[in-house]
Amino acid sequence: MAAQAQANRQSSSARVHALTEDQRRRLPLAIQDLTVAYHRKPVLWDVDLAIPEGRLIAVVGPNGAGKSTLIKAALGLIPRASGRVTIYGQPYEKQRRLVGYVPQRESVDWDFPVNALDVVAMGLYGRIGWFRPVARAHRRRALEELEKVGMAPYAQRQISQLSGGQQQRVFLARALAQDADLYFMDEPFAGVDVATERAIIALLKELKAAGKTCVVVHHDLQTVPTYFDHVVLLNMRVVEAGPVDTVFTEENLKKTYGGKLTLLSQALFEYSKDPRLPSGTRGGGAL
Amino acid sequence: MMEWTSFDTWIVVTGMLSAMACALLGNYLVLRRMSMMGDAISHAVLPGLAIAFIVTGSRGSLPMLVGAILIGIVTAFLVQGIFRLSGLDRGASMGVIFTTLFALGLILIRQAADHVDLDPSCVLYGAIELTPLDTYLVGGFEIPQAAVTNGAMLLFNLLFVVAFYKELKITSFDPALATTLGINADLLHYVLMTLVAATTIAAFESVGSILVIAMLIVPGAAAHLLTDRLGVMLGLSLVFAALAALLGHVGAITVPTWFGFRDTSTAGMMAVMTGVLFLLVFLFAPRYGVLSRVIQQARLALKIVGDDILGLLYRFQEMAATGTAPMHAGDFREALKQNWPVRMALWRLSRRRWVRRVENGFILTDEGLRQGRGIIRSHRLWESFLCGKMGYCETDVHTPAHHLEHFTDEKMQSRLEDAADRPGQDPHQRAIPPAS
Amino acid sequence: MSPRLLILTPLGLLLWGAFDPSWVAAAGLGEHTLAWPSSEELLRVLTLRDYNTRVVIVGTTLLGLAAGLVGTFLLLRKRALLSDTLSHASLPGIALAFILLTALGAEGKNLLALIGGAAFFCILGTGAVIVIQRYSRLKDDAALGIVLSVFFGLGIALMGIATRMGSGNAAGLSSFIYGKTASMLFADAVLIAVVALLAAICAVLFFKEFALLCFDADYAASQGWPVTGLDFLMMTLVVVVTVIGLQAVGLILVVALLIIPPAAARFWTYSLKHMLWISGLFGALSGLFGAGISALMANLPAGAVIVLTASLLFGVSLVFGSTRGLARRGVERLRLSRRIRHENLLREIYEMMEVCGLSPEDAELDCALPQVTMDMLLSRRSWSHGQLRRALARGMAAGLLASDGRNWELTAAGLEEARRIVRKHRLWETYLIEHADVAPGHVDWGADEIEHVLDADLVAALEKRLPAEVLQQMPASPHHIEPVQGEAA
Repeated sequence: MAAQAQANRQSSSARVHALTEDQRRRLPLAIQDLTVAYHRKPVLWDVDLAIPEGRLIAVVGPNGAGKSTLIKAALGLIPRASGRVTIYGQPYEKQRRLVGYVPQRESVDWDFPVNALDVVAMGLYGRIGWFRPVARAHRRRALEELEKVGMAPYAQRQISQLSGGQQQRVFLARALAQDADLYFMDEPFAGVDVATERAIIALLKELKAAGKTCVVVHHDLQTVPTYFDHVVLLNMRVVEAGPVDTVFTEENLKKTYGGKLTLLSQALFEYSKDPRLPSGTRGGGAL
Repeated sequence: MMEWTSFDTWIVVTGMLSAMACALLGNYLVLRRMSMMGDAISHAVLPGLAIAFIVTGSRGSLPMLVGAILIGIVTAFLVQGIFRLSGLDRGASMGVIFTTLFALGLILIRQAADHVDLDPSCVLYGAIELTPLDTYLVGGFEIPQAAVTNGAMLLFNLLFVVAFYKELKITSFDPALATTLGINADLLHYVLMTLVAATTIAAFESVGSILVIAMLIVPGAAAHLLTDRLGVMLGLSLVFAALAALLGHVGAITVPTWFGFRDTSTAGMMAVMTGVLFLLVFLFAPRYGVLSRVIQQARLALKIVGDDILGLLYRFQEMAATGTAPMHAGDFREALKQNWPVRMALWRLSRRRWVRRVENGFILTDEGLRQGRGIIRSHRLWESFLCGKMGYCETDVHTPAHHLEHFTDEKMQSRLEDAADRPGQDPHQRAIPPAS
Repeated sequence: MSPRLLILTPLGLLLWGAFDPSWVAAAGLGEHTLAWPSSEELLRVLTLRDYNTRVVIVGTTLLGLAAGLVGTFLLLRKRALLSDTLSHASLPGIALAFILLTALGAEGKNLLALIGGAAFFCILGTGAVIVIQRYSRLKDDAALGIVLSVFFGLGIALMGIATRMGSGNAAGLSSFIYGKTASMLFADAVLIAVVALLAAICAVLFFKEFALLCFDADYAASQGWPVTGLDFLMMTLVVVVTVIGLQAVGLILVVALLIIPPAAARFWTYSLKHMLWISGLFGALSGLFGAGISALMANLPAGAVIVLTASLLFGVSLVFGSTRGLARRGVERLRLSRRIRHENLLREIYEMMEVCGLSPEDAELDCALPQVTMDMLLSRRSWSHGQLRRALARGMAAGLLASDGRNWELTAAGLEEARRIVRKHRLWETYLIEHADVAPGHVDWGADEIEHVLDADLVAALEKRLPAEVLQQMPASPHHIEPVQGEAA
């Protein structure tokens, strides 16, 4: 098993190493040899990753596996000990406009004097440019985005007067307004209500239909096969990455999560019984 | 009594202009949780001034401005640098830097005191009373130099805030997002800090470099308690600043006379007035004031007690054989274990004509009966739902139902009824009253 | 006297250098240079022969000690700037006490009354900060700023009245703002000594409680500690030190004594106990040297010099601190990234050899060991050309690599080292797979050997999961590269 993991690592790293600049340019996200360490403890270790375009990608792994760190390191928000990250072939600094980021919600000052519409309009600031004010057209655009997440009736509400799920939808609408090609979302489903979860899913599907790429840190394994089509199994280094069909197997999950698999096996099993799926597509069937 | 001269007018005008210039930028300090940065910079400008004085040997505006801008940048950089490098919290980083710079400033001023007319206390508390003496001739009018300087500063700050309105907003709200959008949050931070330093210098002649912090922070903080719109907040803070300047000067020449003194420092009184205005807002702001919160809570408590009384009467009436069953006020107090709230609630219910006083207690009116039925309906629906659908039968469903019944309207009732599969009875086999 | 002299002289000289008068002169001061002391004066101050100087130096040293001790807890409670607010908020108390005393016909500058007034307003100010924070949406920084500025404004307004009072002499009141260190009386020094003793006793007595409060107040409360009471005691100590320090070094500079020494002490230790005493020591040293230098040079206000001495200590600590200093952390970071590159380099070469089959006699594979060139290595990892070249050079210097200038290979020692590193990494990887749920917190490659972190049984179990060949002897390369003379160690 270990040898196989070793072989996997080598093959996946070889894949990224072997990329030509031209291939890189077509990849929304290519990470090579990424190592992040706090003091001398590694958080991410020898991460090689190539994210294909137009997919919904779940990043899953146990607590402390470095999921959020992966996103932050890709965005240059925390220093890297080694490694190269390119977004459509260029470092992030040159591709900011192409990237949308939905952070975890804790960092926000909810008392800030802005309403939902203002927050969404902020997604457009990059395009509006310096000096020019937010015009009516921008406001209209922001309202449209709010409508997509079902939040248009709350446009004038100050953000602290929204529920947790509603706040999350507003931040998603802001990401939409950014009109990026590659989205990073850090646990968007954490602590949201059913309506919001549905809204987020609808939105993800819509983004995918529009050819966008979404990298989503996710913690609910049961929903991975239904919500996403690609998965990155992460535990300090990439255990496995690829289409859900081939990668999201019990064996790989065990390698990622260790013993905590009871719930998971259940979920997989349920999933493999789902009549809407073509039969025998995944390892879960072997349970 | 008070004698108002053109001198006083100019003092007020100068004070207003400097206070407004400060307050405008101060809003962003408050929102960025950097209020104490204003304090740090206003202390740290001392060496900047001293160096400017020592180098040029004069008290001209230009060298002072240059010195201020330099020291503003230096302070912001040092605080940010120490904060990032040392692992100390932001407050401690500021504390280390500004006290050091202040000490340096004191020494430099002492060195310069012999040959430049520079009094540290003048720098610290200003001398707004003397500003009308130093005038410019503008268009045939004698305008105090300080008024011109502060007016110019206010204008400049206004231009800055208008031009960079959305950039300031987004970098204050979410610097990480600003960075991902290609707006340089760090750069804007340094520009803002530099402007704060420049404004502090412009204002130091009138209100003094320490009291500048009152003008920087307090109007913005008060405005923040009144509104949820950034634009409105900026406007309100300007009004507060102007008001504080006016009241401050009036207070400085009137309040001491009540106690038999002639007058006192206008700058000090201006700061006190910002505090008074803040206190008023803090207590009486419509939504975020202490008083309105207390009233809201009291109202809610009273509504709950009232609901409980209606519920009690309804249940009593349900059990009683005859149509009307009066209950004593004392019974309510005993059942609800409250005294004054029950009296208040009974008074309120009587005034609304939901209960009526009869000779041996209170009975429900027709409207009261309808209200009471609604409450009991909510209560029993909740109990049915919690027990039948959520499986909480073993535990006491009465308590959560009792909490929830006060916040359940008719729409919610019918949804609950559907969710609980239209039960006719609650878990205790009591009939659930139909919707009225 | 002589040990003190020994310590005093070099540091005095150091500070003397820091205040080199030449730049002041260059800055346009001209003839207004500092008055440099004669050797006679120097000796007199250094040996504390002068009564006044002795009082001042002892007083400021003890004040520094007290502030350093109390400030440690203040800093760790993340309330450093509260001291700033407190010291400003004390001003109306001083002015009001003076006005009341004068109005009642008493001597206005009764020290105890002034201190009482100051302490009263300090407590009032603290209360106001807490009320604003709890009952409004404003954050702690705004609460601090509001109380600081409004109270100080009130103080200025009251001072304005005090100075305009017909009777009484308000002239000395401003010393509370700038400090009048040089004219410290014996009674003041005694007062400071008492406070310092009190602070030291409290710091020792309540060390454990304060430490708990600073680290996790919520936990302390859940364990039944009287958090509010402890907090109040801590803040009382701060108020007492602030108020006592006001007239010694002045309003703003007492803040410095509360913040800077503990901030500097943090760079030297991870132990709270050590930090406490280092902070006290730094505070005392600042008071000692600051007052000493000020006594030597007529034109230097003592309060300011004390603070600058503390700042100098802070600067030195920031850079050279033995646990968190910049120099140390910089070196550590450099070492870590070098080490990562070093290990990656050896692993890369080893794995290239490994891919081609472990035994060259294995005819089936028929895979010659590759010539390891720079280009090849460059394409495998994200290192830059320069980084790789330096890593290779370091490997050669250590005798782990040999090169003919173009191609590289492992020496026997290098092979051994590479195998050790590969083994370690693969064991960690296996560990991550086998124990994925608990693994991330344990993985620590900074440790030289995995055995230092995981116990031997576990490592043995992991080893069994590794393919056997990793642990076997690696064959020598068939393309033996003759080391270039002088390059290989």
